[in-house]
Amino acid sequence: MERTPVRYHVLHETTYDYGSPVSLSQQQLHLSPRILAWQQIEEERVDIVPAPTWRRDGFDAFGNPVAWIAFHAPHESLSIRSAMTVAVIPHAPDDLAASLPWETLRDRLAYAATPPLPEDLDAARFLFESPHVRVKRELADYACDCFPPGTPVLVGARTLMAKIFREFEFDPEATTVSTPVMEVLEKKRGVCQDFAHLMIACLRAQGLAARYVSGYLLTHPPPGKPRLVGADASHAWVSVYSPGFGEGWVDFDPTNDLLPDTQHITVAFGRDFADVSPLRGIILGGGGHEPEVAVTVTPLAAGSPGFPAEGEAAGAAAA
Amino acid sequence: MARSTANRAGFRPAAFPQMARTLLAIYPQSTRRYDEMLGPGGEVRPHWKVFFEHLDRASPEKMHERLAFVDRRIQENGVTYNVYADAKGADRPWELDPLPLIIPPDEWAEVSAAVAQRAALMNAMLADLYGDQHLLAEGLLPPALVYGQHGYLWPCRGLRPPGGIWLHHYAVDLARSPDGCWWAIADRTQAPSGAGYALENRLVVSRVFPEMFNDLRVQHLAEFFHDQQDGLAALAPVDPGEQPHIVLLTPGPYNETYFEHAYLARYLGYPLVEGQDLTVRGDTVYLKTLQGLKRVHVILRRQDDDYCDPLELRGDSALGVPGLLNTARAGRVVIANALGSGLLTSGALMGFLPAICERLLGAPLAMPSVATWWCGEKPARDYVREHFAELVIKPAYPTQRMDPVFGNELEGEAREEMLRRIEARPHAYVAQEMVNLSQGPTWSRAHERRLLARPVGLRAYAAVNAEGGYSVMPGGLARVASGGNARIISMQRGGSSKDTWVLTDGPVSEFTLLKPSLGVRDLVRSGANLTSRVVENLYWLGRYSERFDDSARMLRVLVGRLVDGGGQRTPAVRSALALAEHVGVLPSPEEDGEIGEGSEHSLLEAIYDPEQPGSLARAIRSVMWSATHVRERLSLDHWHSLNRLQREQQAALKRHPSMTEASAFLDRVLGVSSSLTGFAMDNMTRDDGWRFLVVGRRIERLSFLAAALSGFLRMESARGAGSLEWLLELTDSIITYRSRYSRSPELLAVIDLLVFDGNNPHGIVFQAAVLGRYLERMRREFGDAENGELAAALEALLAWDLGRLDSLHFSESRICAASLELAGLLERLDEAANHISDWLGMRFFTHVGDVSRQTMAL
Repeated sequence: MERTPVRYHVLHETTYDYGSPVSLSQQQLHLSPRILAWQQIEEERVDIVPAPTWRRDGFDAFGNPVAWIAFHAPHESLSIRSAMTVAVIPHAPDDLAASLPWETLRDRLAYAATPPLPEDLDAARFLFESPHVRVKRELADYACDCFPPGTPVLVGARTLMAKIFREFEFDPEATTVSTPVMEVLEKKRGVCQDFAHLMIACLRAQGLAARYVSGYLLTHPPPGKPRLVGADASHAWVSVYSPGFGEGWVDFDPTNDLLPDTQHITVAFGRDFADVSPLRGIILGGGGHEPEVAVTVTPLAAGSPGFPAEGEAAGAAAA
Repeated sequence: MARSTANRAGFRPAAFPQMARTLLAIYPQSTRRYDEMLGPGGEVRPHWKVFFEHLDRASPEKMHERLAFVDRRIQENGVTYNVYADAKGADRPWELDPLPLIIPPDEWAEVSAAVAQRAALMNAMLADLYGDQHLLAEGLLPPALVYGQHGYLWPCRGLRPPGGIWLHHYAVDLARSPDGCWWAIADRTQAPSGAGYALENRLVVSRVFPEMFNDLRVQHLAEFFHDQQDGLAALAPVDPGEQPHIVLLTPGPYNETYFEHAYLARYLGYPLVEGQDLTVRGDTVYLKTLQGLKRVHVILRRQDDDYCDPLELRGDSALGVPGLLNTARAGRVVIANALGSGLLTSGALMGFLPAICERLLGAPLAMPSVATWWCGEKPARDYVREHFAELVIKPAYPTQRMDPVFGNELEGEAREEMLRRIEARPHAYVAQEMVNLSQGPTWSRAHERRLLARPVGLRAYAAVNAEGGYSVMPGGLARVASGGNARIISMQRGGSSKDTWVLTDGPVSEFTLLKPSLGVRDLVRSGANLTSRVVENLYWLGRYSERFDDSARMLRVLVGRLVDGGGQRTPAVRSALALAEHVGVLPSPEEDGEIGEGSEHSLLEAIYDPEQPGSLARAIRSVMWSATHVRERLSLDHWHSLNRLQREQQAALKRHPSMTEASAFLDRVLGVSSSLTGFAMDNMTRDDGWRFLVVGRRIERLSFLAAALSGFLRMESARGAGSLEWLLELTDSIITYRSRYSRSPELLAVIDLLVFDGNNPHGIVFQAAVLGRYLERMRREFGDAENGELAAALEALLAWDLGRLDSLHFSESRICAASLELAGLLERLDEAANHISDWLGMRFFTHVGDVSRQTMAL
């Protein structure tokens, strides 16, 4: 397998024009990328205008970098510009059939009144319902034909991913961030967050551990390759627990029906969107305020400087 | 003496023995339940003897008096704390039975030690689950019961509260099985309710049976609450020189245990605050007061934890304090109980407690829990299937909405369906043994003199003390099922409650938190630390009650003239309609509509339809809304009259009232309005809060008068006959005018009275002058006040030469330059009034009316 890292520059810009002054604002940022076995962070910074009155940095309960900022003076706009240079090492597994039979894994994760293996206990964080993920019979029913007895867990997950990709339509108008996963299942439409939540819910309904990954996707595909859907905004996909296999977790992208490798840049993971939403805040005052979000992912040649000059990267604004 | 009693025994002619036999004769004994009062042979238990005999000697009249006393006290407390002042009347989740539940000293010693141990265990579990998680790593607790619960708040993981205390107050529901043993049936670790009711019950019942209370040596409750105060104060993360500032956080008056919050806050001496009263700046949380921001060190919360911080927890919560979690992370505030503590309310944990207790406390669990099977384990599931009829099925997660299902009530397909539901999500269900609660005597209200046997349970309370241990309340809230055969007592509503008397062999502590009598030092003269929210609500109550008066007057002018004139559009009616549109009481006409058209339908809408902007109904709703938030300052009578008005308006909305009915309704509205005004001016205490109410009234009246008069001066149609008459009526000045001039109104005299006469309380100059005086007082007290603009506008008005309107024959004239000039001066005053209102909002209310909103970006 080719092990040469692929380098990217990512620019994630969010702008709020509040229309009228916001007198008090507090924001929680999940914008800084986490370090992974297959992902190095060469450079990373977040610029905020106006300058926050107060700031705290730390890590959340899932190990993701998080920052909290507050503004105590009236302001009419807020601009947050997150820029990073990362190197991603190829890591997609090639032999999914070598993973454990799914029932074996399911039983291993079930409580047995004995001390669990540390990695299983760690995975148990991603085994149950969470704010955006239900665990219900309908979900288990939807996924059950992907998991015939004895199916290796990753093969089942790939089949499920393909089924969702086939049966669901990408439609940014159909859902919002608060659309329940059961409604997505019914409507068969949505965006990357919805498909990730749905796939996670189906897996957890089988008794398997799955987590939500937020990050970015390469904006400009190499010549001849198809353009990937959802590329112009932050992206979301799924990671499935498969112990003894790679790092123990294998990524699946149900929006594009592929196994993320060097085109996906991970920012954070959690139980679902609620744990890792990039920018979440509470404001006092302000008028209408739909944020403008633009994400630009630029591939870098090996050895080129991390941060391109201003205006060099041609960004596409997300809807 | 002894001989004579023996002689008489056969006849039983004396009243006492006869009655004694009656009380026990009718009291039903049970073989299935433990009886609190009677032993297995039907004899009165030793610790009940004295009380029972006392009860038995009491005449029906005496008992009747006692019940009346209980009812009156409960009612008075409700009024004092203003929770029953709503339309629904007295509404209390737990009624009070006057007979206490009596517990002997030796028995209580065991119960109390077990409750303290359980509180310590719960605290140790929270410390572990939000910290190192040994319990999960060692397999002592299934991850499903931690990670699977919505009550496990991930943002709180790794957060270590001051002193290592997560659980500051705790309650446990206890039940006694037929063999007399106490069992724990439910743990309350979120924000346990009922301690305030236990306290209220005590203060009432100890006065119903004062001799018994003393003779039996009943342990007092005050020391427990004092320990709780000390415990919280000891943990308060104060900076050098600071005194601990502790507040009680309530979700607000709509919460069903609000009474208790208000009652406890007053008893413990803590300010009662809502989420909006608190604000986070950096690492610190503050209370917003009229005097500015005041740091808070401890929040005794009665609000569920996931509602406490919309920034990191439930984003849709309008009740919370954004940023609160970060102040906890910084160790700058104690949140009691710690956020995330609701996790342990799950009944599914009970089966795991014995091993956990050994592991964390190194001791066996002192009090058993009701037998519990968590369905997430296969052997438990099998047991549940086999013994279904003997079990109660409950949700494993407290956040799951589901009523308990009694196995013996389900058969056939229903039973299978329940089992399938369990099989599909086994970890979400728990099965518990059905408990036969003990029974105790309650006094029947339906009979002249009778004891009923009712199932009872006890909610016991523990609180962390200054030594870091747990003090247990000697007593608690005894709960009584409403029927004789209840299987479980719902701790929510229904049924009644009792005081719990724990007897002692030792001396009774005479410690009290209630001051026996007030000393000079205790005198309270002004509302120190008034929260900004209370002040703002008073301000708006002032504005809205004036607005509601103005709207009603404007509408009465119109309706009265239309009714009298048979609906004819006389010039006076047309000008009044135009003015009503100008001041917003009637909606502005459509673009092509004619000004002053005003159909009957639109008038009725303006009176009755709360959805119509500027309508009277909306003004009534606004008055009610702001009054609700300051209702402790209003009398019950006003509540009733406001409620009646609203009910009448709502009823009328459905059945198209006639104009005559509308006219009568407006009269009643103005009657209520003037009594409210009289109350505010004559009966309310004149503290800072009251001054804001008056400022609100003055600003609203100044603004309305200025807008109405300037509109009038600018209107061509106001030159019509009869317009000056209704203008005087609108401004409630017609009597003064008549008494001064005894002739039909003329412009110069009317304007003089309504604008320039500084003695007319419905005149412009009067409002501006009074408002100016209040602002001046604020400037002295708070250091600043925004009255320059108002003073300048008033000066300009006073400098204007009224003579320019002299000899002007109003009805014949066109709009002249002089009237336009005057209108301009009045508009300047209106503008100044509105600026003052904005300034008050910024300076004192800190955006209280503004609701925080969540923002989200991908």
